[in-house]
Amino acid sequence: MSILLSKESRVLVQGLTGREGSFHAEQMKVYGTNIVAGVSPGKGGSTLLGIPIFDTVVDARRETGADVSGIFVPAPFAADAIMEAAAAGVGLIVCITEGIPLYDMVRARAFVADAGVKLIGPNCPGLVTAGQAKVGIIPNHINREGSVGIVSRSGTLTYEVIQGLSQAGVGQTTSVGIGGDPILGLSFKEVLQLFKDDPATRAVVMIGEIGGSDEEAAADEVISTGFGKPVIGFISGRTAPPGKRMGHAGAIISGNTGTAASKLKALTQAGAQVCETIEEVVAAAAAAVGQPSSTVPR
Amino acid sequence: MKFLEYQVKERFRAAGIPVPDGRLAKTPDEAALAAGALGPIAVKAQVPVGGRGKAGGIKLAKTAADAKRVAGEILGMTIKGYTVKEIWCETAQDITRELYLGLTLDRDARKPVLILSAQGGMEIEEVAETHPEAIAKLHPDPWRGPLPFEVRDLIFRAGLGPLQAQLTPLVGKLYALARTYDAITIEINPLALTQDGGLVAADGKLEIDENAMFRHKDLHGADESDEDPLEAEARRRKLTYVRLDGSIGVIGNGAGLVMNTLDLVQREGGRAANFLDVGGGAKAEVVHSALELLAGDPHVEGILINIFGGITRGDEVAHGIIDASRDLNLKLPLVVRMTGTREEEGRQLLREAGITPEATATGAARKIVELARAGDR
Repeated sequence: MSILLSKESRVLVQGLTGREGSFHAEQMKVYGTNIVAGVSPGKGGSTLLGIPIFDTVVDARRETGADVSGIFVPAPFAADAIMEAAAAGVGLIVCITEGIPLYDMVRARAFVADAGVKLIGPNCPGLVTAGQAKVGIIPNHINREGSVGIVSRSGTLTYEVIQGLSQAGVGQTTSVGIGGDPILGLSFKEVLQLFKDDPATRAVVMIGEIGGSDEEAAADEVISTGFGKPVIGFISGRTAPPGKRMGHAGAIISGNTGTAASKLKALTQAGAQVCETIEEVVAAAAAAVGQPSSTVPR
Repeated sequence: MKFLEYQVKERFRAAGIPVPDGRLAKTPDEAALAAGALGPIAVKAQVPVGGRGKAGGIKLAKTAADAKRVAGEILGMTIKGYTVKEIWCETAQDITRELYLGLTLDRDARKPVLILSAQGGMEIEEVAETHPEAIAKLHPDPWRGPLPFEVRDLIFRAGLGPLQAQLTPLVGKLYALARTYDAITIEINPLALTQDGGLVAADGKLEIDENAMFRHKDLHGADESDEDPLEAEARRRKLTYVRLDGSIGVIGNGAGLVMNTLDLVQREGGRAANFLDVGGGAKAEVVHSALELLAGDPHVEGILINIFGGITRGDEVAHGIIDASRDLNLKLPLVVRMTGTREEEGRQLLREAGITPEATATGAARKIVELARAGDR
């Protein structure tokens, strides 16, 4: 079991014929992902990497039954691509693209919500169900099958955690990078809920960062209300000075909400185990799923 | 992109939002001329930061002579790192009440939010904290925008019912401007109620979403080059850089990872001199450019590079580090932690160049703090 994605998922890639799209689609295929279609307007009827290309998502859905879409479309067109996938009835949309105008995203977000579709991202590394399938750009070799779920706002920090766990012999069910933008699809709350209901996931690592209050909401509304599995929390940006923007459009602190202190407090009160370093996260996750902590490299 | 007050007010005026009459001046004589034409004026420093009034950047002048004198005081002032080169001279307003009207993006609601308060002015942030009930909010549907009845409801909730006939169209105009300019912040503060019962935008702020700049190539905002010279240089180099107050230069890829690296440096007893994210897929030249920037910062006593390659390749990064160390004749302590895509190739290149990579981020942070400290002695 896993969440959101499995080896049975039928994946289409929007923007497959682009530089990023083709490179990562190939990596996704190598990982074992069942990529059934690509969409590039005007290139319908051709093939790339042995994958049939369609002009529209509707065509791709009709011909292949694709139910998950990974989006690698340039930022000015990405919100439209998200809505095209939602309108065509794709159940899970994963948007990797970064730099989408925020007004485009608020509209796409509302559109997706009305369609009842799940969106991950944008500006995210995507997700991997270890040993089964990947949509996005998380490096293939770092994942290992196991029983820890990961949900994270940061890209590279997600890789750190996955690699740290794998090297310590602690595998993952699904690792989800929800993205660093201010306007996101799935939040911590919703992904945690999915992990709660997944019998294969025995513990969850949650990697937050300063800005917004999704971490606080997840702590108050999901973790503290009978989550039933250990949650290991980590917040980056503890030492970032207030009012500074740290690159991510998301990593902005304003007032008292969104600070590392407020997030750490909420997580601790909700019963999560809060860690200060990735090494501690790895050790805590290992202990939570019953791995001997001696296997954790220091 | 940020705009100066007078640039914002030009756009307000064009959109039908009332603003005081004003003129831009670059010399005390021009300010005197403005006062001659307009009568008593407010002389206002044009810098893209808040807190101008408290810094002495806004003064009243009753006569042309007054205007010349205060303009002389304000021009050339430095406010939060910005030198005042221009002043906006506008008709002084007889204000009976200061309101607040603004729009920003509410990340928790994933929607734009209109904000209205009967208690505007300089203390609006304090009001928001101590009297949140005095701040009324409306999350308009992002597809259809705010409908008049929703706006009226907002106005009544803010306790501004008697002004609803004037305010309702104003809110609509502000929202339309926000959409036109992809504003992540647009603000009228204070929105002044004058002696004659009119509403006028006494000050204005506008910041455009950087992601949407491709739609606004013709726009020219505030010249932000006066801010921290290193930040300005970083912008020219297209690096995501934020100056901090410590002595350890930090380079990494991905905002979360770099922020975590800053945290690690502090945990080991050091303080980071900056945040610098080379982003995904950084080429050797970008790493070179980043190192060059930090090497030129006199506060930096040691440099820590922390890379987790996803799209980014270890060998590319290593080439950038090695070339920069050689070209810059880098004498500062340098510690590299590198993992991910092509990590072995990258580490091998570094070792051949005499740079021993650290195995973990924590170990690397510890080492650079030690080395920088040893350099102090």
